[in-house]
Amino acid sequence: MTQARIPGPLIALAAAGLLLFLLPLAGLVVRAPWDQLGGELTAPETLTALELSIFCSLTATAVALVLGVPLALLLSKTTGTVRGLLRAVTTLPMVLPPVVGGVALLLAFGRKGLIGAPLNDAFGIQIPFTTSAAVIAETFVAMPFLVIAVEGGLRSLDPRYEQAARALGASGWRVFARVTLPLLRPAIFSGAVLCWARALGEFGATITFAGNLPGTTQTVPLAVYVALETKPQGAIVLSLILLAVSLAVLVGMHDRWLGEP
Amino acid sequence: MLRWLAVVAAGVVVACGSAPANGNAKAPSSVVVFAAASLQPPFDRIAAQLRTRDDIATTFNYAGTQTLTSQLTQGAQADVFASADTAHMTAAQQAGLLAGGSQLFAHNRLEIAVAKGNPKGIRSLADLARPGLVVVLADPAVPAGKYALQALAKAGVSVRPKSLELQVTAVLSKVALGEADAGIVYVSDVVTSGQVDGIAIPDGQNVIADYPIAQLQSAEHKEAAKEFIDFVVSPDGQSILKTAGFETA
Amino acid sequence: MSLHAQVRIARDGFELDVDVTVFPGETVAVLGPNGAGKTTLLKALAGLVPLQGHVELDGEVFDDTATARHVPTEERRVGLVFQDHVLFPHMTALQNVAFGLGRGGEKVAMAWLERAGLGDKANARPAQLSGGQAQRVALLRTMATQPRLLLLDEPLSALDVTVRAEVRRELARQLAEFKGIRIIVTHDPLEAIALADRLVVLENGRVVQSGRPEEVTARPRSRFVADLAGVNLLRGRGRNDHVEVGPAGASLATPDAGEGDVFAVIHPRAVALYLTKPDGTPRNVWRGRAEELDMLGERVRVRLSGPVPLVAEVTPSAVKDLHLASGAEVWVAVKATEISVYRA
Repeated sequence: MTQARIPGPLIALAAAGLLLFLLPLAGLVVRAPWDQLGGELTAPETLTALELSIFCSLTATAVALVLGVPLALLLSKTTGTVRGLLRAVTTLPMVLPPVVGGVALLLAFGRKGLIGAPLNDAFGIQIPFTTSAAVIAETFVAMPFLVIAVEGGLRSLDPRYEQAARALGASGWRVFARVTLPLLRPAIFSGAVLCWARALGEFGATITFAGNLPGTTQTVPLAVYVALETKPQGAIVLSLILLAVSLAVLVGMHDRWLGEP
Repeated sequence: MLRWLAVVAAGVVVACGSAPANGNAKAPSSVVVFAAASLQPPFDRIAAQLRTRDDIATTFNYAGTQTLTSQLTQGAQADVFASADTAHMTAAQQAGLLAGGSQLFAHNRLEIAVAKGNPKGIRSLADLARPGLVVVLADPAVPAGKYALQALAKAGVSVRPKSLELQVTAVLSKVALGEADAGIVYVSDVVTSGQVDGIAIPDGQNVIADYPIAQLQSAEHKEAAKEFIDFVVSPDGQSILKTAGFETA
Repeated sequence: MSLHAQVRIARDGFELDVDVTVFPGETVAVLGPNGAGKTTLLKALAGLVPLQGHVELDGEVFDDTATARHVPTEERRVGLVFQDHVLFPHMTALQNVAFGLGRGGEKVAMAWLERAGLGDKANARPAQLSGGQAQRVALLRTMATQPRLLLLDEPLSALDVTVRAEVRRELARQLAEFKGIRIIVTHDPLEAIALADRLVVLENGRVVQSGRPEEVTARPRSRFVADLAGVNLLRGRGRNDHVEVGPAGASLATPDAGEGDVFAVIHPRAVALYLTKPDGTPRNVWRGRAEELDMLGERVRVRLSGPVPLVAEVTPSAVKDLHLASGAEVWVAVKATEISVYRA
C-alpha cells in the first residue's frame, strides 16, 4: 500500500526545520578541537562539572517522579476551575524565564525567604549555594514536563480498567499500583526523559538560586558559559560531551518504551 | 494591507528627512556601546545627556567584560567598547577589533559590600575568612573577580566563597537580597546601589581597576562613536562618573 | 437474596429514574436504544456512579440517600463484565483471572481456565487472544470472585457474529450455574430473549415496559419495542424437517431444522391470513383466532392465538376484507421456507 505523497513545499519546510537542528550540531562537531580532546576531557574541572550535572539532573528527575506522578494523578481527577488553577500553577515554571524562577526560589527558600528564613533561624539551615539548591532549581523548571506527560497519559487511559479493577475488589492503592501505574509506563518514561533533559540543561535558575561554584553548583551549562570567555576550546569540548551523553540516552531509548507499537 | 504599509513607509521617510527643531542641520544619530556591567549607572546618565544635547540615541549592551570581549571576537557589531580592565582591551586590540588606540577614562577601587547596618560587624578583608560567613565573589574570569583575588592575596587572607558570580552586579544583588553576608565589588557599585553598605579596603590591599574606552573597527556610526567617547572624557562626563563612585582618569 | 433498587440520577441534562427488583435465579435483561441509560444504571448498581435513592442486595444496603450511605465498589462483591473484555493488557490471562482472588489465587484461576477449555492460553497476553477467547476470559475473571450480583454490559456486542453464538452458549452455561443475581444490558433483542427470563425496557432513563420476553414483544408500547417485536421468535425442539413449538408442542414444517433446541423466526409479514382454509403450497396451516389488532403506521399487527401464537402483519384493507376483529377466527398459513431456524 502506498501512502499519500507529502506535497513538495511541505518537504522543503521540513528540510529547513531539520537543518535548523542539524547545522548547530554539525558546527559543534566540525569545530571541535579533536586533538585537544583527550586533555580537555580529563581536566579535573570538566569531570567535576560533568559528575555534578549527572548527579543533579538524575536526582531532580527522581524527585520529579516521586512528586510529579501523584500530582498528575490529582490533576487528572479534578475538573473545572480547580483543575484549571492547578494546571496553571504546575505549568507556570515552564513559561517563566528561568532567571525569574531562580529569583522566586530565592524569595521562597533563601535566607530571607518565606520558608528559608524560619529554617535558618530555627535550624541554621541555608539552602542557596548548595548542591541541593541546584537540584531544587532543576526540579522546579523540569518537573512540569513530567507532570504534563503523565497527566496526558492518564487522561487517555480507558477509565474502564480502573472500574474493572474496583469491581474485582481492588482498593484505591492496589488499583494504582497494579493497574494504573503499569499502564502509564510509556507516559512516565517519556515524561522522565523530557524532565531529565530539561534539568540537565538548566542555567538561569541554577545560577540565580544556587550560584556558581566548581564542585558544588557549577553544572556543565554554567561551566560552558564561564569557559567560553577564558577557554573557548574547553567550552566546546564540554558542549560536545553533553551532546554525546544526551544523544546516547535519546538514541538508546527504544520506541517500545515510549508506547509506540 | 499594502496601502497601509506604503503610508507608514512614507511617514518614516518624512520623519527621517525632517530637520531638527533647533535649526541645526545635523540628523539624529545612534550609537551602539558595549560596556562593562559596573558602568551602567553613569553611562545611562551620559546617554541621557547626549540625547538632549546632541540628539544621539545610545543603545547599550551591559555585561561582564569577558562576555563582551567574547561577543566582539565572535563578530558582534558595535561602535564603542568600554572595558573594566586593560587586559581585555589589549586582547581586543590584538584581535584587531579597535579602530585606533584606547584611552583610560576612569578608575575604580574595590570595596566590601555588606548588608545595611553591617549586622555581621565586618571591618576588613581578614574578617571575610570568619567561619560561617557567607561570602560571594565574582568569577575570576570577570575583572572584578580577578582583582578581588589579588586583593585577598595582598591581605594574606584565604576565603572560601559560596559562589563565583558571572557579573559583579550579581555579587552586589546577592548581598542586597540578604543571601550573602559579604561580597567584594567596586566602590561605584556600592555608591549606585544604595541598598548595601561599603567597608573600605586600605590602599595597601586594594587594587585599582583601570577602565579604558575605544572606538571599534567595525563601527557603523563613527561620528556618534567619537562624540560618545569625547563626552565620557569631558569634564561633564567625568563629573557624572565621579558622582557614580568612580575615580576620574 | 434479591436486589431492590430505586435509582435516580440527574446529570448533564439526562435523568435516570428506575425502580427494579431482581430475584435470585432470575436473569434480567435491560434493553433499550442507545442513550437510554442502560450502562449508567449498571454502573450505578456497581457503585461507580453517585445516585439518589436506595440500593439493597440481600439485605445489605449499598446506597441510601436518606442515611447518606454509600458502599464503595470494591466492597460490594459485584461482578462487572464489559463488552470488549477490558482485560488488563499488561497481565497474562491467568493473572487477569487471578486478579480478584487472594493468596493462592493463581491455582484457583487455573482451574477456572481449564474448566472452560482455555488452560493452554493461561500465559497468553490479551493481545494474543481472539475476541471470543478474551471475552470468555473476562467472564471467568469475574465469575472467579464469586460475586453476588453479576452485571454484564453488552457482553456479546463486540464479537463477530460467527463467534457470538459460541460465546453466548458458554455465557448461558455460566449463568445457569451462577447462583447470584444476573443483570444483562443489551441492545440486541435476540440476545435478550436468548439469555433472559425477564426484560426491562429502558427508554430516556425510564422503564417503559417490563415482563417476560414473550409478553413484552407481543404488546409493544413504544417504537423501540415495536422494532423489537419485528419478528416472531419461537423456541422449540428441532426434528429435522419440523420444529415443535408452542404450548402444545405444535409442529411447524421447516426446512433443515436439525436436532435439538432451536429458535424459529417468522416475520409477521410472512404470516398469511385466510377466511377459509387455503389449499396451496404452504405447509403450515392452522386455525387460529385474532386476539388483538394494533395499527402501526400503514400496517396492522394482528396478535394470533392458536397452536402457534404469532403476530401477523397485514394491510388495513385486508383487515376490512377479512372482517378481522378481536375474537375473529381465521386460518393462518406460513410457508415453511419463510421460517428460519437455528440452534439455540
